[in-house]
Amino acid sequence: MLPKARADVLSARIAGLSFVPGGWLGAAREDALSRLGMMGLPARRDEYWRYTDPADLIAAAAPAAATFDAGDEPPVFDGIDRLKLVFVDGVFDAAASDDPALAGVEIDRLSTAALTDIHWARELYGVLEARGQNPVARPLAALNTAFATEGVLIRVTGRAERPISLIYTHASETSDVALHHCIRLEAGAELTVLENGPAAARFNKVMEVDLAEGARFHHIRAQGRDHERRAATHVFARLAEGARFKSFTLTANGVLTRNEVVIELLGNEASAHVAGAAVGDGQFHHDDTVFITHEGRGCESRQVFKKVLKNGAVGVFQGKILVRQTAQKTDGYQISQSLMLDEDSQFLAKPELEIYADDVKCSHGSTSGAIDETALFYLRARGVPEKAAQSLLVLAFLAEAIQEIADEAIAEDIRQRLENWLSRHEG
Amino acid sequence: MLEINNLHVKLEAEDKPILKGLSLTVGAGSVHAIMGPNGSGKSTLSYVLAGRDGYAVTDGSAMLDGADLLEMEPEDRASAGLFLAFQYPVEIPGVGNMTFLRTAVNAQRKARGQDEMSAGEFLKVVREKARALKIDAEMLKRPVNVGFSGGEKKRNEILQMAMLEPKMCILDETDSGLDVDAMKLVSDGVNALRDAGRAFLVITHYQRLLDHIRPDVVHIMADGRIVKTGGPDLALEVERNGYADILAEAV
Repeated sequence: MLPKARADVLSARIAGLSFVPGGWLGAAREDALSRLGMMGLPARRDEYWRYTDPADLIAAAAPAAATFDAGDEPPVFDGIDRLKLVFVDGVFDAAASDDPALAGVEIDRLSTAALTDIHWARELYGVLEARGQNPVARPLAALNTAFATEGVLIRVTGRAERPISLIYTHASETSDVALHHCIRLEAGAELTVLENGPAAARFNKVMEVDLAEGARFHHIRAQGRDHERRAATHVFARLAEGARFKSFTLTANGVLTRNEVVIELLGNEASAHVAGAAVGDGQFHHDDTVFITHEGRGCESRQVFKKVLKNGAVGVFQGKILVRQTAQKTDGYQISQSLMLDEDSQFLAKPELEIYADDVKCSHGSTSGAIDETALFYLRARGVPEKAAQSLLVLAFLAEAIQEIADEAIAEDIRQRLENWLSRHEG
Repeated sequence: MLEINNLHVKLEAEDKPILKGLSLTVGAGSVHAIMGPNGSGKSTLSYVLAGRDGYAVTDGSAMLDGADLLEMEPEDRASAGLFLAFQYPVEIPGVGNMTFLRTAVNAQRKARGQDEMSAGEFLKVVREKARALKIDAEMLKRPVNVGFSGGEKKRNEILQMAMLEPKMCILDETDSGLDVDAMKLVSDGVNALRDAGRAFLVITHYQRLLDHIRPDVVHIMADGRIVKTGGPDLALEVERNGYADILAEAV
């Protein structure tokens, strides 16, 4: 049983949330609620929350966050041909969305699927989240499964011809939103999912991704420029034989962001790449927490996380590769690096490897440094002005993460965002 | 073109004087060589002229066509026409060589109020100049100087010089680390750029580079000053007898 103090925090947090019982979804929610009751919400004392204070994420009410006008900058992914689904403070906006019709793809909303007795998503909703609670508890994900009000359920049987683009608009200064998506790619299927926008004053999101044999999933997200928003997100993925998973996240601004990724490589010869580029100026706390389990033989995983920090911004990386005894011939790579543009910022990294197989190749590295003054001088000596030279070097630092985006047009869009950010945050 | 007068420079961190009253004038269209033993201040001179941090000028001046170089930022010196071929070209992971060249060319054009070069035009020019230096397409695509051999790095410096078309070129020990073939390539690259409107200051430790790039004037530098100036024969004298005699004579 939870100690009283923690039980009180949990009660206060869920007091204002409405629990929707009934049907398969109600059952999954009840399970999640009982998991949550055992774990309690995260606390600063928890080892897994040592570098990130969860106070704002577990408070009864969402701290207010001013909405934000991006001015002249066009929305991210603007030039990409995609199927748009828009959520305003977590509420589906049908008028702003495209007709959810895509060959080889079934798209449902969580709120309506709950009414259907038999739905493929019942095999997935909360299932990967529950698996991901071991060996480390992720209470905010269980909270999400129990109380998410909306989300999309996507099942793909072929090769989706366009990306599905989830757009999260933040309109209310006090919105507190939980969205839960389930994505199932059948054997050989292929899908790209784009996500962008801050979503709410406080955003809790879970995405469960189940990849059958040989399926290919590509995920690119940009978390929005709102300075004051707070977000805790989880991606849970399970990969069957030969499946490919790729995820890239751009985070520019945001007072508090915790992005957790939990991946199980179950089948042989599967591959998972997770990458992130985060840029923060001032009051900015960004946490990437990744847990990759190798179970199948001959799988490959790659984690590439880069953070650019200035004026007291804080970056956190907790990344683990767990190689089970069955996972011979594993190829695991992990790198986390920060570039400090001044002396006031902070980077906290905890890379971990836990290996039980004997024939594996695993490497990890973590560095923290300043702009290379020699390179800066070299560029200036060729006539490149100081600020432009600095931007060029920052983008070069981030390049390894951006390279994880396979689509060149999308990569260029992300690069442009970063250039814009750098020019707004010069000096 | 380049006028250096009574230049005194010290290393900021160590408060150590390096240049102790150096004077030198290089006219347009001419090639001057500076030779001297290790530690005489040759590389410091090149860095101070290019504007690297860490040096304090305590006295004297350096002018480029009447403009005070020492008051300018490094990028402004470059746009004004000064070019330093580095002794140790810097590796910049993540920045493609082509992007680097194009950014530099266009930054200088912009600073001089000229239109930027279009991608197509740039590509055409860079390919042509790269070919002459035996720099292949692969080298242009790779990150700046990363994984380049010593010779490739030096050829890459000359390619930058050819693209930027500076009026005052300083070559800092461009011969170091080059084999005979690479030295020939680099020298041909430099000689192709010689013209009446452009001047060169070739800093070298050995005479052999000067067999390929024939200087008009040779200076011997020691302990932060020019101690002797002469014609091309002076370089041969150094090659035969070493620096000892000249230095003894200068004292």
